[in-house]
Amino acid sequence: MRDRASRVRAALSEITVIVNGESKRVREGTTIAAVVESMNLRGPVAVERNRELVVRAEHASTVVADGDELEVVSFVGGG
Amino acid sequence: MTDPTEPTSAPSNDDALLIGGRTFSSRLFVGTGKYASVDQTRAAILASGARVVTVAVRRVDLKERGVGSLFGMLLEEKFDLLPNTAGCYTADDAIRTARLGRELSGSDMVKLEVIGDPKTLFPDVVGLLEATKVLVKEGFFVLPYTNDDPITAKKLVDLGCPAVMPLGAPIGSGLGIRNPYNLRILMETVSVPVIVDAGVGTASDAAIAMELGSDGVLMNTAIAAAKDPVRMATAMRLAVDAGRLAYRAGRMEKRLYANASSPLAGTIASSRGHDALGIE
Repeated sequence: MRDRASRVRAALSEITVIVNGESKRVREGTTIAAVVESMNLRGPVAVERNRELVVRAEHASTVVADGDELEVVSFVGGG
Repeated sequence: MTDPTEPTSAPSNDDALLIGGRTFSSRLFVGTGKYASVDQTRAAILASGARVVTVAVRRVDLKERGVGSLFGMLLEEKFDLLPNTAGCYTADDAIRTARLGRELSGSDMVKLEVIGDPKTLFPDVVGLLEATKVLVKEGFFVLPYTNDDPITAKKLVDLGCPAVMPLGAPIGSGLGIRNPYNLRILMETVSVPVIVDAGVGTASDAAIAMELGSDGVLMNTAIAAAKDPVRMATAMRLAVDAGRLAYRAGRMEKRLYANASSPLAGTIASSRGHDALGIE
């Protein structure tokens, strides 16, 4: 059971990140790895935060900040 | 009798393609776009004999349930992935895309494209040179998609590209080799391998590119948009091998008039043919 106060607290501890151009609310302290995991993807991805590549080894240790813009990409067919 | 459609490495055994000190077992590089299915993509690439395959870097599509299945197949077949920067209109976008591609492929190879215009997809060579400078410094093996312009090609090589990839015709046009003379000048201008990238429409185009002396051919649509892509992939493999062999063999000089292949002396025929035409 969550009372009004705890709902407010929870809302305050949420931040907005832009993932592939779309707004997403996540809890403060969320890592890039958690954001990617929440997308339920099958294949490997590469991630950019605010136009800078974040290498895979740092996904689990990189915490996203309010207003961060993430690009989550993979390979598709191309010439 | 050997089946000519059976894969053979005969022409490439003593004649492997070397780019920047690396050996490539096939002179045909192929794309992975526009196929009907992942299975068809796999079958076509295998039929082509290509080991280097290009891929594009795109945002993952959450609605697309097949995410990763093409990538998975390419990894399973152990193809050498060549990420492209297709769709990038600025040097900055191309640089960022190249970095993402390297993170995904685990390889330093990039097919660098900086596009100047959506209608022609011709390269923006100023942006291309700018992006090349940055990526070479970052250790990329930059294979640039460029115009059939020898001056730009020379500048790309000077910046550290181990090969250049001039277009034969606009991407996806299938118009064939539109300016063989420029390509020849380009090949004489640079000392690195030249891969004709884009424009090939059918097997003879690939053979012509190789006969001109280019070191390889990169294509996508010519195979993927054929009615039977797997059969066309086989045709392209044979055409690249045939063109390469013909180039190495050294073609005869062209001449305006006939030159009989059979001995002129010792025929039993009279000179009636000449008489009939009134020739002495």
